[in-house]
This record gives sequence, C-alpha cells and structure tokens, in this order.
Amino acid sequence: MSLQSVNDFVIRFANVNGSGSASANELFARSVLRMGIPVAPRNIFPSNIQGLPTWYEVRISGAGHLGARGGTDFLVAMNPQTWDKDVAGIEPGGYLLYDSTKPMPKSKFRDDITVIGVPLTAICNREYTEPRQRQLFKNIVYVGALSALLDIDVAEMEKLIGEQYKGKEKLFDANKHALHLGRDWALMNLDHPIGLQLKRSDAVGSRIFIEGNSAAALGAVYGGATVCAWYPITPSSSLPEAFTRHCQRLRVDPATKKNKFAIIQAEDELSSIGMVIGAAWNGARAFTATSGPGISLMQEFLGLAYFAEIPAVIFDVQRAGPSTGMPTRTQQTDILSCAYASHGDTKHVLLFPEDPAEAFDFGASAFDLADRLQTPIFVMLDLDIGMNYRLSRPLAWDDNHKFDRGKLLTAAELETAADFGRYLDVDGDGIPYRTLPGTHPNKGSFFTRGTSRDRYAKYTEEGAAYADNMQRLLRKFDTAKDLVPRPLQANAGKSTKYGVIYFGSTSPAMDEAIGLLEARGHAIDRMRIRAFPFHSSVTSFIGEHDFVFVVEQNRDGQLRSLIVNECSVDPVRLVPILHYDGTPITARFIAGAIADRLDALKVTPLRKDKVS
Amino acid sequence: MTYVIKPKFRHPELPKNKIGFTHRDYEGAVSTLCAGCGHDSISAAIIEACFELSIPPHRVAKLSGIGCSSKTPTYFLGSSHGFNSVHGRMPSVLTGANLANRDLIYLGVSGDGDSASIGFGQFAHAIRRGVDMVYIVENNGVYGLTKGQFSATADPGSKSKRGVVNTDSAIDLVGIALQIGATFVGRSFSGDKAQLTPLIKAAIEHRGAAFIDVISPCVAFNNHVGSTKSFDYVREHNDVVNKLDFVTGRATIEIDYAPGSVEVVQQHDGSTLALRKLDAEYDVHDRVAAMSFLQHHSAKGQIVTGLLYVAAESEDMHGHLNTVATPLNGLGDQELCPGSAALEKFNASLR
Repeated sequence: MSLQSVNDFVIRFANVNGSGSASANELFARSVLRMGIPVAPRNIFPSNIQGLPTWYEVRISGAGHLGARGGTDFLVAMNPQTWDKDVAGIEPGGYLLYDSTKPMPKSKFRDDITVIGVPLTAICNREYTEPRQRQLFKNIVYVGALSALLDIDVAEMEKLIGEQYKGKEKLFDANKHALHLGRDWALMNLDHPIGLQLKRSDAVGSRIFIEGNSAAALGAVYGGATVCAWYPITPSSSLPEAFTRHCQRLRVDPATKKNKFAIIQAEDELSSIGMVIGAAWNGARAFTATSGPGISLMQEFLGLAYFAEIPAVIFDVQRAGPSTGMPTRTQQTDILSCAYASHGDTKHVLLFPEDPAEAFDFGASAFDLADRLQTPIFVMLDLDIGMNYRLSRPLAWDDNHKFDRGKLLTAAELETAADFGRYLDVDGDGIPYRTLPGTHPNKGSFFTRGTSRDRYAKYTEEGAAYADNMQRLLRKFDTAKDLVPRPLQANAGKSTKYGVIYFGSTSPAMDEAIGLLEARGHAIDRMRIRAFPFHSSVTSFIGEHDFVFVVEQNRDGQLRSLIVNECSVDPVRLVPILHYDGTPITARFIAGAIADRLDALKVTPLRKDKVS
Repeated sequence: MTYVIKPKFRHPELPKNKIGFTHRDYEGAVSTLCAGCGHDSISAAIIEACFELSIPPHRVAKLSGIGCSSKTPTYFLGSSHGFNSVHGRMPSVLTGANLANRDLIYLGVSGDGDSASIGFGQFAHAIRRGVDMVYIVENNGVYGLTKGQFSATADPGSKSKRGVVNTDSAIDLVGIALQIGATFVGRSFSGDKAQLTPLIKAAIEHRGAAFIDVISPCVAFNNHVGSTKSFDYVREHNDVVNKLDFVTGRATIEIDYAPGSVEVVQQHDGSTLALRKLDAEYDVHDRVAAMSFLQHHSAKGQIVTGLLYVAAESEDMHGHLNTVATPLNGLGDQELCPGSAALEKFNASLR
C-alpha cells in the first residue's frame, strides 16, 4: 500500500554538490510555502565545493512541525554514489523518483515502494546542447515533474522564478521552460497526482522564511553593533556576510555614502576576538561570529575579557567537533567550552535562541547585556538554526527601546563623581563603572589589566585584592541571572512526576515529541532554558519533579553537567537524552528515548508488608 | 627595581608646552624595570615627543602585549587609558580600539618576543591593514622576564649570557614592515634619544601604520660580549642614514641649511619633517631601494638606523573601510538602529 498523505510528508533530494541543485530544491520548498503549507527544509551538505553527496530534506507539515522528522517518504535520487543507502532509507510504501534514462537492474529497487522513472538526462539532452545547461536544467526539470506528481500550484512556481530572475528575462524564460518540460512530461506519462499531495492551506500566516545566521546578524544591526571582526569558518561565515549585506542596506549614511560600521576579516580567530575586545574597550559595540574551533582559539582572550570586564558579543554557530571533524553537521557541543571558557576561574553568559526570530531578539539584546554586565556574551546558535531556512514569526522591534550602555561614565558625570574606581562595586550588584579612553582630560583614566590590580585599577599582586575581585565577579554573575532571558515553562495537562529540560534548536522537535508522548499516555512538564547563568526557576523546576530529562545534541550531556555543577542538583534525577550523530534531533528520537526510559522507570513498587 | 613612589612636588618654573602642560604631565608611575634598562629611555623619548607635540595625554590610548616592553606603558602618560592585553596580541586589540574611535592617537608598545614570535602574525596583519598607529618594538633580542632565552630577533651567532650560541636566522621586523606596506618605518637605538624622540614625533604625526624598531639592550640578560644587541655592539655597528632635525605641527617652516643636505618632508596630515641626510645615497621615499639598502648593510653586520621610509601618500584602515568621520563609538540609537518600519519591510521580503 502506497503512503497516502495530504500536506504531511518528508521529501528528500539526494544530489551531488556543485551540481546546481540547491536553487531548484529551494524553489520546490518555497512553492509549497506559497501554497500556505508550512515547510522545514534542511541542507545536509559536505565540507566540499564540488562532487560529494549532498541532501536537501523538506519536511512538509500542515500541522506546523518544523523539527526534523526522520525518515523519507519521497526520494528524488539524483546521486548514484548514495543510491543504495538512499533507497534503503525510504519508508515502506514511499516513493522514489529517479532518472530513468539508463536502465537500472531490478535489484537496485525495492518492491514495497512506488518507483517513478523520469528520463531526465534524455529530456535535457534533447532540449539542450551545452553540457552545463544539460546539468543545471535537469534540476528544474525534476521540480517540474514533482509539481505534477504532488499537485503543486505551478503558478506559484512561475511567480517564484519571476522573483528570482527579476529583470533577467532570458533566465526567467529558460527556467520556466525547463519547469514545464518536466511538468508536461509527467502529466503525459505518469499517474498523477500520487498518494502524497499538497492542498492549499492557510497555515503559514504572517510568518517569514529566514536563516538563523541572517536573523542574528540583523539583530546585531538593531543592537547597535558597529564593529565586526571575524574569520571564515563553517557554519558561521554566513552570519558576518549577512551582517555585511544588512549594513550595506541599512547603515550607509545617505548623505556622505560613508559606512556607519566596520567589518574586518581577520587573519584568525585570535585576532577576531582581539579586535572585538579592543573595540568594546573603546566603547563600540562589537562582535565576532565563529564555531567550536574558533572558540578554542579564543580561550585566552575570553579570559582577559572576563577579568578585565569588557563587553564582547560572540555568536557561536555550533557544529560537530573537532576542527577536522564534521564542520557541516549540527550539534550543541560548545556549551561547556563557552560557559567556562579560558583559564582561571571564569564563567560566561550564554544565550540559547531556539529559532531565527529569537536569534534576532537575542542577537540584539546581547549587546545591551554585554554593556550592562561588562562581560562577554555568547549567543549559542547551531548549524541547524543558522544555515537552514526556517519558518519563523516575523521579526519585531520596539521603537521605544533605547540601547542600554550600562554603567558608562561621561565627562560630566566624572566631573561630579565623588570617587572613581574602575573595579569599585558602588551599587552592590557587582558591576563597576567604566570610562572610555579620551573621555576626560584628567579624570577617569585607568590601566586595563586582567587582574593584579585593586579596586582602583592600581597594580597590586596582593592576594586579598585578588580574592576581593573574584568575589565581586561572582556577585556580578548573580546579578546576571535576573537580566538574561528566563526559562519558559509549559506544564502537561495533568500533574506529573516527570519533567524535561531542553534548549536551542531542539525546540521544534521537543514540542512535537510532547504530542507523541501524550499520545502514548505520558504526561511531561517541560522547561526551555534560554540562558546561562540559570534562573532560580530551573532549580525549582527540577525540585518539583522526581526525574527530569535533559535533551541535548551532544554526547556528554553538557547542559546537564552545567546544571549539576551550578545548581547543586543530584545527577541521578537528571536523565540525559542525547543525540549526537550530526543530524538534527527529531521528535521521533526524543519521544522514543523518553518513552523507553519512562517505561523502564515504571517499576511496580514492592508491597509494604513484604518490606517490613 | 625600585619601589619609590614618585614625589608630587615639582619645580614651579618647569617649562610648559602650548597647551600648558609640563613634562611631568606626560609621565607615569616610577619604572620597575632594571636600572639602566634601554626601555626606560624609550619611555622618556615617548614622554618628550608627546610633550613637544603638545598632545593632550588623554587623547592617547596606549596598548601593549606581555613582556618587559609591554610593562612600560605604566611608566608614561599616566593620564591616558592603557591596556595591557595578552602576549603578542596587542595589534588586534589596538586595531579594534582604532575601529571604535578614529580620533585618538594609538600607541602600541611591544617587544621582540611579543611581535616577532608569538605575535608575528598580528604584527604583520595590523601593518598590512594600515591601522593608524605608532607601533614601537623595544627590541632586545631576548626574553627578559623569563630570564634570558633567545628571541626571534636574535642574530645567528649571537651568544646568550649562559654561553649558548644562537643558530636560528633572525627576523628583521623593519624588513617585514617595509615589505608588507607600512607607510612609515624607522629604526633607532634606545641609547640615542636625540634620534629617537623626533622619530616618534614624526610617527605620531603620520597617518597610517607607523612602525619603529628600537634596539633596546637588556642590561640583565643581553648586554655582554658576544651579544649583538648590547650597548657597545650597537654603538659600534650603528649606521645612521639620516637625522630628523625637527618635526612641526602643521605650521610652515623656514629652512636654513646648505642646499642638498636637508630634505623637507611634508606628511599627509600637513606636518613637516626636516630630514638631514647623512648618507647622500639614501632615499627615504623609495621603499624597494630601502629594503635593498637594509639587506645589503645587514649582510655587512651594520645596523641601519634613522627614518627609513615614509610614503608620499598614505591612507589608513578607516579610509579603506570608508567609515564615517564620527567615531563609531560616538554613534547612538538614532544613527544605528533602523527601527520597526525598516524591519517590517524586511519581513515582507521574506514571505
């Protein structure tokens, strides 16, 4: 029996990278979106420019589930290298579309799926003479065939092509022609539509389709960042590149054509963070974007920024480790290396956005937090959020919001200040006042060092002064708990002994998993952690439940370790649910793993009389 | 080492500069370096240069890395903000600071361990970006704070205090600076304040990456027979190609020298240098010839000092980046935040 579903299935495109498939696949995803049906596309790509396997997975979900689902209902098999595995991964009853130009042995197929052959190469060879055209248009031709098979509104596709090639009439016509080549062939030669179909819906609403890196970069624009120093590293490079584009659009002075921003591609990550620290020390809002290996390289400087109390913003778009690891695969794997970055006793503020909209919000507020707390702020993205287009609530900005520059003394304030000590805790919140170079001719200057100085920034190697400073830094970190975004809690419909803690890109899969678990009769309260240091409600949430699952995308349960360490929680009560193969976590995985453990925990209690 | 706190009293008739400051207003804390350290002479030259140029001390930001040289910013310009950053990374911190506020004077002080070894990359990249700064390397060929290991500027054949002979090639920072595009390059000797002070003044007036390599003997670990960075050795091998007689602000100057012996150099910002030629062959505007001259003399064991190169035209990093005239750290919400209307437009483009 073939799979039957309307607006709820996963289609996977298996391609060779560098073959021009990306824009065709995106055209497919966007056309579904234009029909009002939520989609969640994901690029699974190699660290390579041309020739290696790449996949594009589009989850179509009328119900609006945006996490990866796992499994493939419809495969477009365009890569012979990965054919066997790809075909094996199709769900029973699923569909396979392949290039039938050359006959394939029967052993290469499966009996329990619907096989759809389209002679893509033959169609393109008939139509085009240039090799590059034959290659490129093959992708558009299969998208055309899909439009017939899945009943996609072809007018939406034409409109999208029109938008893409605005003002380039020739390209528009050529692409439209290729689209119809595939569509017409399918309409004429294939059963259509198949069991998987798309019906126009209104489930998208006002939502936008955006990559997390672009949204975070726009957050930096709105947060007032003027200096960006970075070093290219996947999957973060598109963040500073997006910042560049946003700035060119929004930050060029219309009268003078001069830039109200400075972006430097540094020689390495050490230099990137050094520039950020120098700029922030001098009063500009500055950031860098990097990934795990970059975080490793920045460790010494991050410690300096912590001790010297310099506001810096670091966007960490996490990927699987190590440097020669899987740079194009997603993980939440830098939690500990960021939380405790550097030598000496250090703790850093981390923010965990769940999607592009929150990446924008946190991307902007990170600069207020950095200035307020005078410390590095890490915005912890990952490849799944950063490099995939995600359906997201529209970005919003409150025009009444003013930048919070924190405790920054002006020349006038220095004139009247009774006593200035750079590391003096005047207000009891652990946050001292700071001054910028050049502020006042003879007041407020100080010499910046890591430690080895007293409350007035005078050189000393006295132990008591060092300890005093360390205690103040702890008070400051305590202050941060109430300034950072609070965890969000959603309780099950009925009272339960079980809770789940999750964060970041796990969010959509977790939301969906809750539904799956409820369907299996499991009630679970959930808490999404949005920042470190942890708000007091994290400890209470754990206290209110017998067992709390901690769902993360790393091997070692890094967030769990951080909770155990910082909240003094009995580790036995925190049950790790870990996904770390480099693919995005799925609802099926979470629900399965939690349900298995819940079943195991359902031990029939010993009867009292037998115990005594 | 000294633990004396600097007395606050001063002579009532100390000379004042154009903005009414005395020499004392440019000093810092008492140096804790070894008595006779070449670095202290460089600090004195910096103080002298800033005093003579009548620079308000708070308009200078002084940055350093780690090492004896990097400790020195404490000992001059006590009213300036200073930043003792991490080893070898002063150039990036300075670059960032400069990006934030293009209006201040940036003085980077580093050593040969800091700039030629651990921070060789940052040294090079800050220079090739044309950061508007004065970058001084206090070059003694040795790691002093860690007790006498060779640095990367130590000459092959040079003998350490413990008797070890250096077998590695030396990095010539001046040669590198010239090659990668510094628009002002000088070399001097901490034992020659008369040469050093005007060089620093000229470097401050220069817009762009100004680099000065100052041979500064380490009296504790590298001032013995067999060292090529000792006071005696440098004095014996010093080949001075020119002498900066004076550096003005932007006023025009009258020259009263025999023709041919003095060259008047107009800097990009309008300041003027009077350069007395000691080597008639040496052309301070010819970068390629300068590199060749330096290599040639270095091969003969000579240490060429003086103003080695100044570019006729120089553009700094802000010029390359086309940044606004207002320092970036002075832009507020109004100038930086595009607001909700622009965001709504952006949202609309993503549907």
